[in-house]
Amino acid sequence: MTLLTVDRLSVNLQGESGPVALVRDVSFTLDRRETLGIVGESGCGKTMTALALMGLLPEAARAEGRILFDGEDLVTADEARLCALRGDRIAMIFQEPMTSLNPVHTVGAQVAEVLRLHRAMGEGEALAEALRLLDLVGIPKARERLSAYPHQLSGGQRQRVMIAAALACRPDILLADEPTTALDVTVQAQILDLIGELVREFGMALVLITHDLGVVGQVTDRVIVMYAGNVVESGPTETIFAKRAHPYTQGLFAARPRQAGRTSQRGRLDTIPGVVPDPSAVIAGCRFADRCRHAVDICHRQPPPLVPIGADHDALCHRVREWA
Amino acid sequence: MSAVIAQRLFAFLATLLATSLVVFLVLEVLPGDSAQIMLGVDAEPDAVAALREKLGLNRPAAERYLTWLAGFMTGDLGDSYTYSVPVIELIVDRIAITIPLAVMAMVLTIAIALTTGVFAAAHHNRPGDWGVMLGAQIGIAMPNFWFGILLVLFFAVTLGWFSAGGFPGWEDDPLDAFKALILPAVSLALVQSAILARVTRSAVLDVLREDYIRTARAKGLSKRAALWGHGLRNAMIPVVTVMGLQFAFLLSGTIIIENVFYLPGLGRLIFQAISQRDLIVVKDVVMLMVIKVVVINFLVDLLYVAIDPRLKTAT
Amino acid sequence: MNAAAIAVGRFFRYGNFAIGVALSGLVVLTALVSFVWTPHSAIDIEIVDKFKPMSATHWFGTDHFGRDVLSLIMVGARNSIAVGIIAVSASVTLGTALGLFASARRGWVEEIVMRLSDLAFAFPAVLTAIMITALWGPSVINAILAIAIFNVPVFARVTRGAANAVWAREYILAARAAGKGGLRITVEHVLPNILNVLIVQATIQFALAVLAEAALSYLGLGAQPPLPSWGRMLRDAQSYLYTAPEQAIYPGIAIAIAVLGLNLLGDGLRDAFDPKLARKR
Ligand SMILES: Nc1ncnc2c1ncn2[C@@H]1O[C@H](COP(=O)(O)OP(=O)(O)O)[C@@H](O)[C@H]1O
Ligand SMILES: [Mg+2]
Repeated sequence: MTLLTVDRLSVNLQGESGPVALVRDVSFTLDRRETLGIVGESGCGKTMTALALMGLLPEAARAEGRILFDGEDLVTADEARLCALRGDRIAMIFQEPMTSLNPVHTVGAQVAEVLRLHRAMGEGEALAEALRLLDLVGIPKARERLSAYPHQLSGGQRQRVMIAAALACRPDILLADEPTTALDVTVQAQILDLIGELVREFGMALVLITHDLGVVGQVTDRVIVMYAGNVVESGPTETIFAKRAHPYTQGLFAARPRQAGRTSQRGRLDTIPGVVPDPSAVIAGCRFADRCRHAVDICHRQPPPLVPIGADHDALCHRVREWA
Repeated sequence: MSAVIAQRLFAFLATLLATSLVVFLVLEVLPGDSAQIMLGVDAEPDAVAALREKLGLNRPAAERYLTWLAGFMTGDLGDSYTYSVPVIELIVDRIAITIPLAVMAMVLTIAIALTTGVFAAAHHNRPGDWGVMLGAQIGIAMPNFWFGILLVLFFAVTLGWFSAGGFPGWEDDPLDAFKALILPAVSLALVQSAILARVTRSAVLDVLREDYIRTARAKGLSKRAALWGHGLRNAMIPVVTVMGLQFAFLLSGTIIIENVFYLPGLGRLIFQAISQRDLIVVKDVVMLMVIKVVVINFLVDLLYVAIDPRLKTAT
Repeated sequence: MNAAAIAVGRFFRYGNFAIGVALSGLVVLTALVSFVWTPHSAIDIEIVDKFKPMSATHWFGTDHFGRDVLSLIMVGARNSIAVGIIAVSASVTLGTALGLFASARRGWVEEIVMRLSDLAFAFPAVLTAIMITALWGPSVINAILAIAIFNVPVFARVTRGAANAVWAREYILAARAAGKGGLRITVEHVLPNILNVLIVQATIQFALAVLAEAALSYLGLGAQPPLPSWGRMLRDAQSYLYTAPEQAIYPGIAIAIAVLGLNLLGDGLRDAFDPKLARKR
């Protein structure tokens, strides 16, 4: 059953010289209990996509298209409605556990806050529930930690607190934006396992954003690959791992670190020369063409079409048919 | 008592001691013979000697310093040479005006600065923001005593709502006495709140860019709720730092404003003492002013610790 | 376009800066003109002419001694500027030297300089002026001294902060490796790099000095009659609030214009020196 339908979502930034597209025509669907990975280098628009789903884009940015959540369009929904959904039915955790928690409030209060807001719980009741949640996400001595401040916790523990707050209202969808990127290598796997476990247990749908394909392979059912604001390839995780079609996806695979669990902190590809073009760059053809070893004349002149390659497997490429 | 607070307390006491030494050196040791100064150059040598004896100026400086310090603890500061009453009595009378005035001005400053500063930040780059910033720029440029004079012109001379100055005393009519402090407090608060409003605005703007505000919004808090629930207390950290400096100015501003409104507070006392060359009273009142500044800074320090848990609890 | 032209262009893109230049320029010009010409004498008393309203001969009217208010304000500008320049120059020199010294030596030298400047913050300028006046009687020199003393720790702190940042840079390491001494590095590398910060701070402290001078003259602790000063004019005006309320207006406006101009100038300079900060604000 489809829970979320994203239909030609674009995010435009009001720049000094006209709007700049940070996200272009992104479409995908998410079923209940489904897990989706969004992969791509830094600056490809993954975070903007997630923030658009939350209705939390930066002030200068606007979303266009449709985001149907349980039949309701979030792009046109008013702020009060979005506030009611956020934290209750759609929750999000962020990349930087160091700065994402408020330094002057206790950990317990920050978890309890969601419950008081959406479940109208009193302080005592909310704190009791917060304690249960902290326990659930594997914080040792949770009762003592309830009155601790964020600076007294390690990065991994802080991210667990973030997860506890996100899960408090048992949301339908959890958006996790690079939840392990800022953590120690040894902690990354633990946090990822925890998220996978809890998503299954709570029956949530998950959108996991990462620049690390290895992470996606472990956790998600489906993958979309983003490049410079576009979805360049999408399909079931197994299919894409077996038959990567888009040259950019191939580059991502080649860049995968050999040792399991190790990711490049920068989220840059060393195997493909060049960098992601600036969103404001005017490019007539394929935005990846400059870095693509398969690029031919047409790639520089015309925007690529979305080409179906297999069941539920598409790629945005002029030439993909030639090898896929 | 936590280690941080003990440390602040120690710094507070050390500052008090050091400042008292400065005041004593400048106003008692530096001038040489205080008795000669008080009586003037053409005074009879006998009279000077007598006064010297009476004021205990023949004793060693270190001893006089310690006696003076002890006097601040016990309240025995000796007699005023010009008024022939205990200095402490003079001070207690006057401080009953100066302290309430300073407190009213501080409360007003905080109230105006926080509301306008937060308002400006919430309306960043919109007319509300520009209006507050323009007002603040003008407020900072206005001398507080001139603003006080303008207030008198408008509310006392033109409208007649307030008296142009003077103080009826707390005993007779507390309400009237309170009323007499309103215009002075407003003129003191204006400039200070203009500066503080600017600091508040930029602190709030900085805080609104923080990740934890985004987290709060992701939990479902409205913009306003995120600002008040998560932004304000963090924004207060830089604001309080500036506030400490501000209030030192404000306290010295009471000296000026008391002159504008003819309030018989410490500021007036010190001017009378200067014109009568009563160095004893000048020294005591200056020290009292310094004590107020140092105490305010200490309180602000404590407030700082209360706001930011990172200062209280080490990892 | 060369670098200088780009910098000037950036300067004037900020309206505040332009207004700051205009207002400060007006005040300085007024003071300069007053040396060669004023509408009337600012000293001579014509008691029969007292409290004349605005007219073609007396644009801003006359005061309680019959002196021309415009002339008084023009000459008063000299006083404000002179006190500001002398006090700020003295404190910049001393404060910067202390700050540079603290930064070059670090350790206990720095600690002492900083503790001393902490201590000085317990003495606002008015209090220092009161102490000096109690000793030596009121005069414009006392006002300058009090304002300068108050500003020394301000510059010591700002200098030390900025200088420490410069000392942490890599080319200083290189200079040290080349065997240059602390004094030479300070003069050749540190000072030029913190000049921007000092200029901005000096402009702002100048504005504060004008305010402080006005307050001290108002209290009778600064410029003494017959030397015209804005603060003194307000003190006089206060005695005649009921008979000649307009006397309390012009000197106040003059002070506000000078302070506003200098503050805007300081803000504009800061933005021009540090465009990143400007964009953020
Ligand atoms: N607050 C912002 N204002 C303007 N542009 C932004 C902002 N945040 C990100 N961008 C730009 O939007 C593009 C997409 O960024 P983002 O979604 O954060 O990428 P990703 O999460 O894939 O690394 C980037 O080019 C980035 O520079
Ligand atoms: Mg991102």
